[in-house]
Amino acid sequence: MQKEFGGRAIVLDRSDINTDEIIPAKYLTEVTKEALKPYLLEDLKLEGFDSNGDTLAHARVVIARENFGCGSSREHAPWVFEVNGIHTIIAESYARIFRQNMFNCGMLAIELPKAAIDALIAQASTGQLHVAVDLEGQKLKATAGDQRLSYDFAISSFDKALVEAGGWVEFADARY
Amino acid sequence: MGKTLAEKIFDSHLRDEPFPGTKVLNIDRVLCHEITTPVAIADLVWRDKDRVFDRTRIKAVIDHVTPAKDSKTATQAKMLRDWARRHDIPDFFDIGHNGVCHAIFPEKGFIHPGHTVIMGDSHTCTHGAFGAFAAGVGTTDLEVGILKGVCAFREPATIRVNLDGVLPTGVFAKDVILYVISRLGVNGATDKVIEFRGTVVDQMSMEARMTLCNMAIEAGGTSGVCMPDQVTVDYLWPFIENDYAGKEAALAEFSQWCSDEDAHYVEVLNIDVSTLEPQVTYGYKPDCVKPVSEMAGTPVDQVYIGTCTNGRIEDLRQAAEVLRGRQVAPTVRGIVSPATPKIFNDALAEGIIQVFMDAGFCVTNPTCGACLGMSNGVLAEGEVCASTSNRNFNGRMGKGGMVHLMSPATAAATAITGVITDAGTL
Repeated sequence: MQKEFGGRAIVLDRSDINTDEIIPAKYLTEVTKEALKPYLLEDLKLEGFDSNGDTLAHARVVIARENFGCGSSREHAPWVFEVNGIHTIIAESYARIFRQNMFNCGMLAIELPKAAIDALIAQASTGQLHVAVDLEGQKLKATAGDQRLSYDFAISSFDKALVEAGGWVEFADARY
Repeated sequence: MGKTLAEKIFDSHLRDEPFPGTKVLNIDRVLCHEITTPVAIADLVWRDKDRVFDRTRIKAVIDHVTPAKDSKTATQAKMLRDWARRHDIPDFFDIGHNGVCHAIFPEKGFIHPGHTVIMGDSHTCTHGAFGAFAAGVGTTDLEVGILKGVCAFREPATIRVNLDGVLPTGVFAKDVILYVISRLGVNGATDKVIEFRGTVVDQMSMEARMTLCNMAIEAGGTSGVCMPDQVTVDYLWPFIENDYAGKEAALAEFSQWCSDEDAHYVEVLNIDVSTLEPQVTYGYKPDCVKPVSEMAGTPVDQVYIGTCTNGRIEDLRQAAEVLRGRQVAPTVRGIVSPATPKIFNDALAEGIIQVFMDAGFCVTNPTCGACLGMSNGVLAEGEVCASTSNRNFNGRMGKGGMVHLMSPATAAATAITGVITDAGTL
């Protein structure tokens, strides 16, 4: 079943945010996704960011820079976003395994050019940013106060099929 | 147009192309450990699909936290152990026989040229040293691999790194790969295969090639690869001698996987190693790399020698060479984890374990240990570790701890002085 995308956005304005920052290895001893919930981004040090704050708690979308999710193959990184209701990440680029893990879980890892990320981050500084995702039309609509911006995004047919199927297990099980 | 090794493997393993550019490959080796596999097992059970596609192509080991340190890690080990027994997985390695996955699986001769290999571990790229396409994947890819024996990839482009010249004395594969990562950057090889070529690689042992390929992921690479050659044949020979008329026949078959002379590369990096100094990382990203000479004198609290990068017998020999007849500084905790029981045994037989113990090192059982701060050797806030591992992320070895990556020789020299030290200056 397809997940819900879009919602309130939080900006993590840095490149190379790694999987240890998203979910430290000491929590990899958990064997359920739900158990990871309190530890999202616990080790991320970023000016103005509080992993226990309301902004993160209410976020449904993360906006970041280059090479998001680099490091470990741990799928606990997408899972900890998933169990916190964040199904959409928008970044300039991703580490391969993290990106694949997102789509394998039926979640969206959207790539936008630097200029678009710059604009989204500038927009977020004017007020609470909301992002609406139109998967079929491959469009993002970003709203903060009166300011509305729209972006087209690319998604491969395979990634789209994974999102529509609800993930890779569903897709592969039906086909192989 | 010729083909690269990765392209040849993709062509020969192609199961399906559901959409243009998406290649679903048949997988020869699905490797499993106790951290990322239990969730896949639980999901298969929940879906009423608790099956394995081929029990002989699945290999499993308990390596990250072993012996278990608490109830949670004991449960993870039990889930993997029960599953391996339930499906009668012949190659399952538990206490007394277990070691770091990327050291023990090659050591058992499981990885051959031309193989496709996946594991729920980012350092799976290590196995590309054998001329295989080996990629780290997440738990969902692992789960589908276990159930169906397939995995989807975008066909990766290849970056060729030519390593030529002569490695100076005291400069090792670890120094080379740290330098290569500093040149490529942490995402310089994302979605790409890094092909290690040149006379330096030709002369390297399989152990050194594994060190090179192990860190391909630290530049974002999908897999590191080396061309299979006589060194590969000699390493694998005890495991394949009944399959070939002779070593020449094995070499002829393996060589078919080598990249063609006119293969296409998206980028070629030419590096002459002749003037390379020992290298060390300084920040929280593996591409923050400097010569040891520029970091000399930096105090450390712990020295860690081991891991899938540098816990093999050659690595222990290089460290022991430096340590012999010397003592660990009183301000330093020295820890060494031979990567497998065989390596431990070989090190015992060669007197290397004695050298470590005489120097004041703590010798642990084979395990991933301190590398990712999951079991023994965790750092306290503000502490610094000189480590032969592969990742220096902030807090990797414990919250608030700092890691400097380096070769076993540099780590050993650093243990003796208590500050980052080029072994050549001792």
